[in-house]
Amino acid sequence: MINITANGREVILKSTETITDYLARNQYRPERIAVELNGEILPKSNYANTMLKDGDILEVVSFVGGG
Amino acid sequence: MEGKNVLTQTEIVAALEERHTPEVQQKLSQGNVAIAGLGGLGSNIACSLARIGVGHLHLIDFDRVDVTNLNRQQYFMEHIGLYKTDALRSILQKINPYLDIQTDCVKVTEDNLKELFRGNDIVCEAFDVPEAKALLVNGILEHFPEKKVVAASGMAGYSSTNAIMTKRVSRNFYLCGDFVSAPMPGAGLMAPRVAACAAHEANMITRLLLGEENV
Repeated sequence: MINITANGREVILKSTETITDYLARNQYRPERIAVELNGEILPKSNYANTMLKDGDILEVVSFVGGG
Repeated sequence: MEGKNVLTQTEIVAALEERHTPEVQQKLSQGNVAIAGLGGLGSNIACSLARIGVGHLHLIDFDRVDVTNLNRQQYFMEHIGLYKTDALRSILQKINPYLDIQTDCVKVTEDNLKELFRGNDIVCEAFDVPEAKALLVNGILEHFPEKKVVAASGMAGYSSTNAIMTKRVSRNFYLCGDFVSAPMPGAGLMAPRVAACAAHEANMITRLLLGEENV
């Protein structure tokens, strides 16, 4: 089991997964988001090869239209 | 009173210093801000920053002024059909002709992003398309980790203004808006609420220019 903080909330994951899988499971649209992992922006090219680990702090910003 | 009443640079700087204090005004005059998107958010933000005398503004938008823009953007009927970069520059120059205003009439892409924003300290995201917002924010945070990004998401309709806020997502990334309200039929983008979100961005930029990093 893995404990992470996602958008300020404590989340328990059954097992580790890639950022790509986490985003898909939570129905984010990858073209409309920014992901920060432990305070640093995570480049899109790293979503598929970055595994979540215990203690990670994840911020996913999902942009909506308008401006 | 006759004439266009164009002040000298000395006169307008004195007026700004009287309002803000010379110390504050010096920091604002040295400010270097890119505004990406010159629509409902960007045109309002640009006018606010120009009024307080932010010295260097970099305006970026590929589009032209349309009649449907007038319900929320700072353009006038006489600007319809003009490129937004040209129209907005002419408006800002009427506010303060002594500011350094650079324009780029281009669409921001991954290929031109680094060159476009290289010279700016603060990048204001003021696009309308969510993919473009994501592209810009990711690009700046990745390639220029020391620059500040002030972005916006969610400002449509006329629901409570109190839902609009500024959040510091991470060290150099600020997000303004209610984070949920995209335009829908009957609750599209309208001047008051868009301006409220634009003011959040403009004031956060002002705070950053004056050394305040918290929201």
